[in-house]
Amino acid sequence: MLEIKNLHATVDGNEILRGINLTVKKGEIHAIMGPNGSGKSTLAKVLAGHPDYKVTAGEVIYEGRNLLELSPDERAREGVFMAFQYPIEVPGVSNAQFLRLAYNEKKKHLGEDELDPLEFKDLLKERAKVVEMEASFMSRSVNEGFSGGEKKRNEILQMAVLEPKLAILDETDSGLDIDALRVVAGGVNQLRTQDNAIIVVTHYQRLLNYIVPDYVHVLAHGRIAREGGKELALELEEKGYDWIKTPDADGAGSGASAN
Amino acid sequence: MITEFVKSESNYQSAFREVRHARPTAAWAELVRGSAMDRFEQLGFPTVKNEEWKYTNLAPFLKEKITPAPPVEVAADTVARFVYPETASNHVVLVNGFFNAQLSSVSEQGIVVRDLFEAIADARYGKIAREYLARNATYHDNALTALNTAFLQSGLFVLIPRNVKVETPLQVTFISDSREPNSANFPRLLVVGEENSAATIVESYVSIDDRAHFTDAVVEVVLLDGARLEHYRVQRENNSALHVATTATELGRGSSYDTTSITMGAQLSRHDISVVLDHEGAECWVDGLYIVGANQHADTHSVIDHKQPHCNSHQLYKGILDGNGRAVFNGKVFVRHGAQKTDAMQTNKNLLLSDRARVDTKPQLEIFADDVKCAHGAAVGQLDPEELFYLHARGINPALARNLLTYGFAEEVIGKIKLESIRSELDQAVLNQIHAQLDE
Repeated sequence: MLEIKNLHATVDGNEILRGINLTVKKGEIHAIMGPNGSGKSTLAKVLAGHPDYKVTAGEVIYEGRNLLELSPDERAREGVFMAFQYPIEVPGVSNAQFLRLAYNEKKKHLGEDELDPLEFKDLLKERAKVVEMEASFMSRSVNEGFSGGEKKRNEILQMAVLEPKLAILDETDSGLDIDALRVVAGGVNQLRTQDNAIIVVTHYQRLLNYIVPDYVHVLAHGRIAREGGKELALELEEKGYDWIKTPDADGAGSGASAN
Repeated sequence: MITEFVKSESNYQSAFREVRHARPTAAWAELVRGSAMDRFEQLGFPTVKNEEWKYTNLAPFLKEKITPAPPVEVAADTVARFVYPETASNHVVLVNGFFNAQLSSVSEQGIVVRDLFEAIADARYGKIAREYLARNATYHDNALTALNTAFLQSGLFVLIPRNVKVETPLQVTFISDSREPNSANFPRLLVVGEENSAATIVESYVSIDDRAHFTDAVVEVVLLDGARLEHYRVQRENNSALHVATTATELGRGSSYDTTSITMGAQLSRHDISVVLDHEGAECWVDGLYIVGANQHADTHSVIDHKQPHCNSHQLYKGILDGNGRAVFNGKVFVRHGAQKTDAMQTNKNLLLSDRARVDTKPQLEIFADDVKCAHGAAVGQLDPEELFYLHARGINPALARNLLTYGFAEEVIGKIKLESIRSELDQAVLNQIHAQLDE
């Protein structure tokens, strides 16, 4: 589904990603871990197409196409979804309006039928159960006045409505208490299918107790420094990130391909 | 003084004499018209040398000789498209400032809706008109109000008697029909809400076609003790029009005035709105939205005058500017000596959708009392790239994302409008390029 080859990216002229290689197949869950500043969130934003991040080398093939050639909105309509670490407030636009617009844009792109407000309301009611959100959230402005946990739940609700093929969760666990974490993770698990793939970007192992990854990749200095199964996350939890040897320029590629 | 007599006659002097001859009125009203004309002659049209007109230049519009527009026939089905469904049974039409009885129908019992000129002559209402006409919209220092007052020959008189609560909103539509080129019309509205009355008035300005015209409107509102008025003003004249208007309101003890002014039309528009809180316990909401597109200029000057203690005022004006559109917001809030426990809040926010758009905003607070709560602020900004990216990342294309955020910006003002059809008209105006419906 997704193949990242030797990806380099900069923000404000600083190179943050220095040769990422990653292959994600459908049905898989991949965790991207790493200390602060290792490039985890940058990877998520590059995949979503944030304009501040410039790809300087490498390629990203998504469903057989060059993802980097697509604009952010095209990527989304093609099934790429990033749950934001800091979801944006959109005053004056209700959650229901926003979600229906996004849903219908995608349906139109796929040549499928759009939903009118009443039909969409039913769909939304159904999907809201995934993250245990009340109806009152639908008429409120997008994320405006939402608590940190509510915003993250709202991101997963958007995922539930848009049904992406590839979901990238950027530190969705940050700022969540244990109950909210359980709800959010439970939502993601319900949305997991044999046909989609999920990349979980996180600093901490605790989210991975709930969303169990097939593969764990550890980033350091913009490269994948170590890869393994879910047990790697536990090891990190125990030992911290310090023991991960910072790869030098040559070691990065071999470290990533060792698995 | 001799020079006064030899000065060349203004464009308006002969027209004024005609009006005076054709439409005589009560002695006091003749006096008002006459002194207003004199005052206009002395003041002349304001120029950019006048501080209050620094950014708004009328001169290019006033080169041609302008003649007062006559009352003309307008077909009923032409009017129908200007009527909001909520007010269909309670709708008054004035064409070029002249009350048109055939096109008007008022189903609400209990309120008085009359041609203002007739009300002046009517024994029942003449006294009220005399007391309140030209009392708040004074013509001594405002040439445009003076000109309107000089040409008083119709207009509308609305009286909501004591304790009457009007359920159905009353729509007052001022239609400009400029089949005569370079014609001017002088809409006039006087609203008196007596003690403990309640009503909703929608004041609407439209053009019958896209020919240039000059509208010079004056609206006066007087609310007596405990009266409540919801007042919407929607200006959507054609994009060639010159529209200047004054709204002057006086609030009685414990009265409540909630007004929203929407400016969408005209090539150049200027709205002076003033609210005087001259009795304790009065409260007002003075909100507005101006949507300014290419080659448009919209100027709002607002004065909120706290003269007595325990009054609250809330003001939110928002502007959306596109193309080379220009806007001016000048908002003065006075808190007079002794007006303790005043709570005054004023905000002006502007969204620039183009690099060529420009806004000059100047909120001003002048406080002469020491136990008050006052705040004001102004902001000028563009669409936030992070907000745009968020929408893009949800599959919303850039043009739609821009519209959606613009809509969201306007919604703070639009959302509080209680008349559904005005709200959706505005939503459509804001979302004019949007291809999705947002009716939830």
